[in-house]
Amino acid sequence: MRPRPDGAVRVAGGQGFYGDDPSGIADLLTEQPDYVCLEALAELTLAILAKDRQRDEALGYTRDLPLYLMQLLPAVLAGSTKVITNAGGINPLGALKLLQASAEHFGLSGLKVAVVLGDDILGRPELLPPDFPAPADLQFANAYMGVAGIVEGLQQGADVVITGRVADAALFLAPLVHEHGWALDTPDGPPMAQSDWDRLAAGTVVGHLLECSGQSTGGNNAGEWWTTPDPWRYAFPLADVTADGTAHVFTPEVAGGRCDFDTVRQQLLYEVGDPTAYLTPDVVVDMTSVRLTDLGGDRVRVDEVVGRPATGTYKAVGASRNGYAADASFAFGWPDAPAKARSAARIARKRIAEAGIDLLDWHVELFGVDALHGPAAPTDPDPAEVVLRLAWKTADADAAMRAARQIIPMALSAPMPGLTPASRARPKPSSLLRIHTGLVDAAAVESGRRVVLETL
Amino acid sequence: MTETTILLNRLAFARPGDKGNDSDITVFARSEAAYDHLVQVLTADVVKAHYGHLVEGEVTRWEVPKVRALKFLARDALAGGGPSSLRADNLGKALAGAVLRLEVSVPEALADAHPDLRVPADPWSDNPWNVD
Repeated sequence: MRPRPDGAVRVAGGQGFYGDDPSGIADLLTEQPDYVCLEALAELTLAILAKDRQRDEALGYTRDLPLYLMQLLPAVLAGSTKVITNAGGINPLGALKLLQASAEHFGLSGLKVAVVLGDDILGRPELLPPDFPAPADLQFANAYMGVAGIVEGLQQGADVVITGRVADAALFLAPLVHEHGWALDTPDGPPMAQSDWDRLAAGTVVGHLLECSGQSTGGNNAGEWWTTPDPWRYAFPLADVTADGTAHVFTPEVAGGRCDFDTVRQQLLYEVGDPTAYLTPDVVVDMTSVRLTDLGGDRVRVDEVVGRPATGTYKAVGASRNGYAADASFAFGWPDAPAKARSAARIARKRIAEAGIDLLDWHVELFGVDALHGPAAPTDPDPAEVVLRLAWKTADADAAMRAARQIIPMALSAPMPGLTPASRARPKPSSLLRIHTGLVDAAAVESGRRVVLETL
Repeated sequence: MTETTILLNRLAFARPGDKGNDSDITVFARSEAAYDHLVQVLTADVVKAHYGHLVEGEVTRWEVPKVRALKFLARDALAGGGPSSLRADNLGKALAGAVLRLEVSVPEALADAHPDLRVPADPWSDNPWNVD
């Protein structure tokens, strides 16, 4: 176990998306974190959960939550760690019911669970941003809430806090606010000092560095990735954070991976947009202010973080249906591989048109030629092999499938030789979504916030 | 001073991300000297031109000197965005590699200080944990 600075709170990033690897938890627990935070909701995960819930009213949370809790609950019941997660998705109370049923099954008792509600704005159409579609056309619509609800749950003694949509970093900032007594900007609270904003910003940076599991500790590393020790044993990240906001980010001593200046700086700026103003519900963070100091031994110090007052608005995200898509891929070998691939694409398109199938979009890619880098890369005019990928969009799933049936017989009857499916899977239509983003008034969202506390 | 032309890959590496239909690409200089030079030559216009038709919208750049990084936000770069793009690379995960093919003119001393990185063809072929 790595040494911990005096007074530091140790937080761990145990999940980076719905479908992440739960086996990372065991390595994190060897470092005895005070909080393990599980981030389960990418931008579109709520669309998957909305489909689940249409099938079964009890669903709508991320269903891998039990895989995490099974490993975490012994430490939670022993009082050595707490769990914070947005696994509640669009049905946080459904996740609570699941926990209640599991607790009974395993004979657990005494577990305090807080559920934070209020992010779902589909049921509050007056809050939907003006350019959003009508509620009936939305799969989901949620506001990214801040830390207040999670902090309230922790103050009431919760061992496990389950939320719906909150800012990813809020899962990590909340326990720091709770443990260190950091000030939050509340209507009836005292005015915030610059140092208060800086601490909230520092905690947000910690959350940003830990929310994507291995991405700050050697995963998705554009630097010297090939020198990572034990690359098969993913390192999930931890941070020790003291009351002044100074953080040390590190890997579990027993894991592989890497935590250094290069791995951490890649995650620091990952998907932040304008780095001078990273907008979150609780604070605006100036990512250009952050100092990273590589201490060696897979530890990086993070400090000098500057924050500014929050904007008073929350980000809202919704999604509506946008037709269907399917794809098919075929491999061609030398000679004349690109010519065969391009010709197959033209013939496929003509046959789909002849069959009277309306396509809303048609996309041709040649892997081995220019599929990934387009005009930014020189191409080999005579490659040894090429993979052709055809993708098409239709208004309904049936049309997408009928187009596929025009393509499959090309193997025997189209002129170019050697057409080989690149995958054993048959084309299968999937639904496309249109994403809607906008701003909602923070106070209006917060007026609907509710924290439910249950002792199992 | 004599100048020479090298690929950006020698001076920097890059990580992409996505937000809606925009690609959010950060270029990380491998040294202070490389950063100081890239601030001069790796402009938003140069990056936009390099991507060609892949990036339909504008490109904005921010400097982040404390971690030797240049942040580029490329608008309308994902053919509709993750959930509605027909591209295989619907999140633009390969777009960062594409920018590293940019040819940049540099002083010879800077080029000499950043030799071409050669990754072994199969870097972990000799490791004891390999499974046959």
